[in-house]
Amino acid sequence: MRHSSTDTASGGTSAIEAVNVTKTFGSGDEAVHALKDVSVTIRENEFFTLLGPSGCGKTTLLRLIAGFDHQTEGTILLHGEDISLLPPFKRPVNTVFQNYALFPHMTVAQNIGFGLEMLRKPKAEIENTVGGMLRLVKMEELKTRRTDQISGGQQQRVALARALAPRPRVLLLDEPLSALDYKLRKDMQIELKRLQLETGITFIFVTHDQEEALTMSDRLAVMNAGRIRQIGTPREIYDHPAERFVADFIGDTNFLTADLLSADGGAISVRLTSGREITLECDHPAAASRHLTLAVRPEQVRLTADGSASPLNGVLENIVYFGTDTHYHLRLQDGGSFTARLQNSRERQELFAEGDQLGIVFDPETVQVLRD
Amino acid sequence: MADTTSDSFGFSVRRLPGFTALAIACYAMLYAPIMALVAYSFNAGSSIAVWEGFSLHWYGAAWQNEKVQEATILSLLVATVSSISATILASMAALGTTRIRPYKGLTAIYAMINQPLMVPEIVTAVALLIVFAIIKSTTGYQGLIYLISAHTAFCIPFAYLPIRARLESMDLSLEVAAADLYATPLRTFKLITLPLLWPGIIAGMMLAFVISLDDVVITEFVKAPGQDTLPTYMLGQLRRVITPEIHAISTALLSISIIMVSIFFLLNRKKS
Repeated sequence: MRHSSTDTASGGTSAIEAVNVTKTFGSGDEAVHALKDVSVTIRENEFFTLLGPSGCGKTTLLRLIAGFDHQTEGTILLHGEDISLLPPFKRPVNTVFQNYALFPHMTVAQNIGFGLEMLRKPKAEIENTVGGMLRLVKMEELKTRRTDQISGGQQQRVALARALAPRPRVLLLDEPLSALDYKLRKDMQIELKRLQLETGITFIFVTHDQEEALTMSDRLAVMNAGRIRQIGTPREIYDHPAERFVADFIGDTNFLTADLLSADGGAISVRLTSGREITLECDHPAAASRHLTLAVRPEQVRLTADGSASPLNGVLENIVYFGTDTHYHLRLQDGGSFTARLQNSRERQELFAEGDQLGIVFDPETVQVLRD
Repeated sequence: MADTTSDSFGFSVRRLPGFTALAIACYAMLYAPIMALVAYSFNAGSSIAVWEGFSLHWYGAAWQNEKVQEATILSLLVATVSSISATILASMAALGTTRIRPYKGLTAIYAMINQPLMVPEIVTAVALLIVFAIIKSTTGYQGLIYLISAHTAFCIPFAYLPIRARLESMDLSLEVAAADLYATPLRTFKLITLPLLWPGIIAGMMLAFVISLDDVVITEFVKAPGQDTLPTYMLGQLRRVITPEIHAISTALLSISIIMVSIFFLLNRKKS
């Protein structure tokens, strides 16, 4: 195919590599572009998450890797080998489905052994592996049950064991926790992470839940409208969102507009709508435009009763108590809204009341200059 | 369940004037004749209108009647062979119309499979009579094949509908999951699709069996002289003297139908 050996040489430890992958459903006016020129390298033994709102293309990308669909353009490599033309039953990749898709006419053990049976492994090996998998997901006692006689959380674990039993090179997980209730989801997040570490298999996890993505992933890709917007570790993505969509999708963010005054290497000087000037670090070319969008996380902000020295001022409109912290909603002078999130503690000395004129203070290092 | 929802909306058909009386009248029209038929099959006398005491005489008479025996054997043979063939064809048709990317004309194909449900039976009967007459005169072959193929044809939609319903309600991701777990398409079909489809296939076959067993119109037109199924034999008898023997045969047929339909419902209910 189109790629040469030099493309793959750099990916010696890459598990999955998508190269310029495009997927279009339908044609003509009705064509839906599910993926637009997506390239991503997922490393071996990595817990990698595809995160985005529904319809962003994350599941489509997963289905292309599994072989359930074929990309319109581009190449998918598994450990440097082009698997684009392989049917799903020839790809050493297994999937945990959103609805689990357990075979209802088989027992728990038969479900887990199915992949190995299909690979025509020896009987003894199948029994051995199934036994090990049952232990791994703590389902030994229920191995002779039918899959409709066990709870949702147990079905989830069987689905995991079934996909892990053939020891795939890559495990694909399509929103596997979305059907579980909150408590069980929390437990399964830890369980999944443990399984990934114990098995050393590359996990590709699809979710629309940003919290899930941040807590579980080694790295994640934030997707929107068929494109990957940013790839990085959870900390990189949260602390340094590259653009407005990412900043908005991951966590809560205050957006500020500012005018560029001067740029000097990695530092730029901007004027906020309040008229105050601040100096920020910025290392990407977005700083070349005159009008900038800045992102400030609500928890990086302090409020002061005396606003004379603070970069922004606002009127406190609303206070919402959240237990661990309190959200203060302010109205800025330019009419925009601003949220500050302050942790509740016994030492809280300053208490603000609705209607107060407050100063908003933040560290310039915590301000992100966004690409538009 | 449906009762509680309609009650909670403040509307119940029970409160409509005359509804209960009408419902009772409908049920009476449906079942009174059948109950009379069953009752008179146990009549000791030979009248179909005057009760002369309880007896199993007519069942014995029917059982020993050679004509009835022959017709019963033929009926069962035709019903068995044609319901099995119809079910195989219907299963393939159902797979071909559900396990495929929708394309133009799929609805037309769907309608054509169900043609026997819509075309008047008498039209099919006359059409088959003409076609088979041509084949018979050119080949000289007179055997059962005509009756069996005619029955197979009109049984297909009855087998097709439950199988298709079953396929449509089946979770498609199961087949995808099997492919993901290294099952080739053939093994996926054998190990996943077919076992899960089985109740639908059995249901379809039993429905087809009952429909075939019961057919008069097409059979009457297509059969060769002497090839009498139970229903056409009974029709022939009605032109002569009617004795409760007919009642006894009818009651036996009714029992078979009730058993079949009960199994059909049980099979379908178990899944949902």
